[in-house]
Amino acid sequence: MRQPLVKIEGVYKDYQLPKKYLFQKAPVFRALHGINLELHQGTSFGIVGESGCGKSTLARIVMALDEPTSGTVFFDGQDLFNMPAGELRHMRRNFQMVFQDPYGSLNPRKNVMGIVAEPLDTLKEKFSFAQKKERVGKILSEVGLNATDIDKFPHEFSGGQRQRIAIARALITRPSLIVADESVSALDVSVQAQVLNLMMDLQEKYNLTYMFISHDLSVVEYITDQVAVIYMGQIVEQGTTKTLFQRPLHPYTQTLLLAVPDVNPLNKKRKNKPVISKFEKTDESCPFLDRCNKATKSCVNNAPELLENEGQLVACFNA
Amino acid sequence: MTLLQVQDLCVTLNTAHGPQEVISHINFSMDAGEKLGIVGESGCGKSITALALMSLLPLDSQTKGKIILGGQDILKLDSRKICSIRGNRIGMIFQEPMTALNPVKQIGAQISESIYLHLKLNRKQTLERVTELMDKVGLPVSRFGLNLYPHQLSGGQRQRVMIAMAIACNPDILIADEPTTALDVTVQEQILDLIRELADSSGMALIMISHDLGVIAQTTQSVMVMYTGNSVEMGSTVDVFQNMLHPYTYGLFSAIPHVGSSALPGRKRLSSIPGQVPELHLRPEGCNFVDRCSRASKMCKAKKPMATRVSDHHQVWCYHPLSREDKR
Amino acid sequence: MFSTLAEVLRHGLKNRSFVIGGTISLLFFLIAFLSYFWTPYPVEDINIAEKLLIPGAKYLLGTDHFGRDILSMLIQGARNSVIVAFVAIGIGIGCGVPLGLMAAAKKGWIDELIMRFNDLTFAFPALISAIMITAILGPGSVNSIIAIGIFNVPVFARVARGAALSIWKREFILAARSAGKGPFRISVEHILPNISSMLIVQATIQFALGILAEAGLSYLGLGTQPPMPSWGKMLNEAQTFMHFAPQLAIYPGLAIALTVMGLNLFGDGLRDVLDPKLRRGR
Repeated sequence: MRQPLVKIEGVYKDYQLPKKYLFQKAPVFRALHGINLELHQGTSFGIVGESGCGKSTLARIVMALDEPTSGTVFFDGQDLFNMPAGELRHMRRNFQMVFQDPYGSLNPRKNVMGIVAEPLDTLKEKFSFAQKKERVGKILSEVGLNATDIDKFPHEFSGGQRQRIAIARALITRPSLIVADESVSALDVSVQAQVLNLMMDLQEKYNLTYMFISHDLSVVEYITDQVAVIYMGQIVEQGTTKTLFQRPLHPYTQTLLLAVPDVNPLNKKRKNKPVISKFEKTDESCPFLDRCNKATKSCVNNAPELLENEGQLVACFNA
Repeated sequence: MTLLQVQDLCVTLNTAHGPQEVISHINFSMDAGEKLGIVGESGCGKSITALALMSLLPLDSQTKGKIILGGQDILKLDSRKICSIRGNRIGMIFQEPMTALNPVKQIGAQISESIYLHLKLNRKQTLERVTELMDKVGLPVSRFGLNLYPHQLSGGQRQRVMIAMAIACNPDILIADEPTTALDVTVQEQILDLIRELADSSGMALIMISHDLGVIAQTTQSVMVMYTGNSVEMGSTVDVFQNMLHPYTYGLFSAIPHVGSSALPGRKRLSSIPGQVPELHLRPEGCNFVDRCSRASKMCKAKKPMATRVSDHHQVWCYHPLSREDKR
Repeated sequence: MFSTLAEVLRHGLKNRSFVIGGTISLLFFLIAFLSYFWTPYPVEDINIAEKLLIPGAKYLLGTDHFGRDILSMLIQGARNSVIVAFVAIGIGIGCGVPLGLMAAAKKGWIDELIMRFNDLTFAFPALISAIMITAILGPGSVNSIIAIGIFNVPVFARVARGAALSIWKREFILAARSAGKGPFRISVEHILPNISSMLIVQATIQFALGILAEAGLSYLGLGTQPPMPSWGKMLNEAQTFMHFAPQLAIYPGLAIALTVMGLNLFGDGLRDVLDPKLRRGR
């Protein structure tokens, strides 16, 4: 089997919380619990979860913008957190990120040329201004903007157009991996469709690999081949998008899918029933215990591991 | 019994490009207990419509038309009378609970503010009412003390506090402006259930503003679709959703990926509406949608379409509404 | 940047503080500039015969106790104030902004060190310490510039650090980091342009304070030395003549007050124009 493009191995991330008392040890918040994932070239991998589940933390670790407390990330076989800083800087051309906020992710004081050409500054090859301009112009037309937009400033564009600029910036070094962290969540529905279509076209054209992070299940279902569901820093279910969405096994995944309001007004039947937890949660329990209506006694003292179950990986005793 | 009638509402705001008409000729009415949805994307004027109903528009704006609530035109009222309506007969909840709540005031105090303003109860009665409201919105005081601050609550909990504030005086109408957009999907489900229950149990009318067609489908009986300040389609939710007539409504619907789509054969591209929403000062003559519509004709460019009544519960503003064959 | 300058003017002209304050400040700078080329009378000319004249056709604002033309002295005094305040801000920005940027970029012990240094400097009352410094180093323009400048450094360091910290959290900084840029380049290319409006507004405030400080030091005889006229010195010399020639004090006093007020108004207006405009651009 070919080597995966990205291998996330045993990643844990802890954050120190403020101390309650001066001489107490600072409490620790575990944002990620042992994440293991493989992304293969040319595929789209979705990371789904609600706010606070750790998906953005994971994105930053994959992009080497944050260090894991333990575990590491291999990109194309190389350990990103065990290489000299200079080499990491040069590796960065291979993976880029598109952020959520089209208004915050572009420097308001720079024009499009300055923004999109920026990643070129840290490449080994040096480009002349004319070369940069040509490259930027080409990328702009690929993302559906005009080459004449090159001198404009972010505030002259709409949200969807700014996101295109952000995508152009991510593409300019011809990376193999693009991490899209809620990249379409802040966009209007019709604009979202345009940007999603664009991303799919670009993927086909350049054999890109996407790590697509979102809380929006329908978008994830549409654009990804594989998906992992994260709850409180752990992967609770993982598999191919098609099977997972048609046959979710983990209670949390089922809850998520049932919660999405149906666009058919006549279809009012499916709903999540409120959960009255029969058990007390402890540090060793399954993290989903207090919201699960399938919980049994064995869920209290043991956290389930991610195990194979009919072609999917599920972390549940009662799936 | 008609509770609210909005007639020919137009709002003009002062922008960097001079005064611009943000919403034009909006007409709709609501009965007591009815649930109306207003759906559209950013810039369509849905929030402005809500603010107009609450008389919360900026001071340098101009409003024309009539908003008749219980027999009187609230646009003609002086500021004191308007204050007695806001919070009392119309309540509103906003999108961002963190910025809509005062971060340095305890939640108990914030809820009792409007009780004190309108109902003029004494301290003991106010406390009772606040406790009752907190229970109603799913935040029992035994677990959520009234002396908590907003930052000590989660997003969903803050939204519940806002709902408690909005319904404190048993208003006739509750306006919910994108109440769940900033919330997780499971929390959204709970909040929408809560809003629906409260409306049903108290006979309160509900105006649900959202860009999410799923939210509208599940919480409303009638719906108005807005685009760049105009109504483009209006009717009962079932009628409109099952038989979309306006190309924009249909375009919106086709642009959303639907859960369950992976079960369909092949990966269909999302059909997106070409182009983008025109800026306020660049809105075209004639139908606002003309530059993005595949069905546009000379007539569409020349003059804005009037309402065409297709059935008792369905109107559309279009010269070339879609038929069933067009949507196959 | 050029387009934004035109935009700033366009929005500024709608703002009352900007216009009034700007006009006064512009007048002040023009007068200061003018002094290099022409004053009605040379200020070194001592003409005892014509001392303490009231305003008239020959001497527009009258003469002082040495027969010097008050108007000319005011004009040259303006130049003096501008230079002192300007260079003092230069010191403040030149030293303070890099310190503030470094503190925000590196955090950790560097941040602590710089901030404690700041606190230390703030602990000393500025004007009194300036007096002390000039008293030690000796009176004169240069030393008063140094003394005032030293106290501008922590002000700009603090403003720069605070503004920079909030910019560091923005997503486009993450994007720059993903591109592989280090903190130094990010501070210069991304942070600095985005905090420039706050620095400019602070500079107008510090400029006004610098004029006041220079006047104070000169009043005490520690600042600008004769024959260069200074508004503060004029005030001091006018003290003995308060009873029968109050105009000697009124003119420089008014000049100081008007200029400082004009600059403060301009700073207020400028802040109104710069901040919401940049935010509205989102």
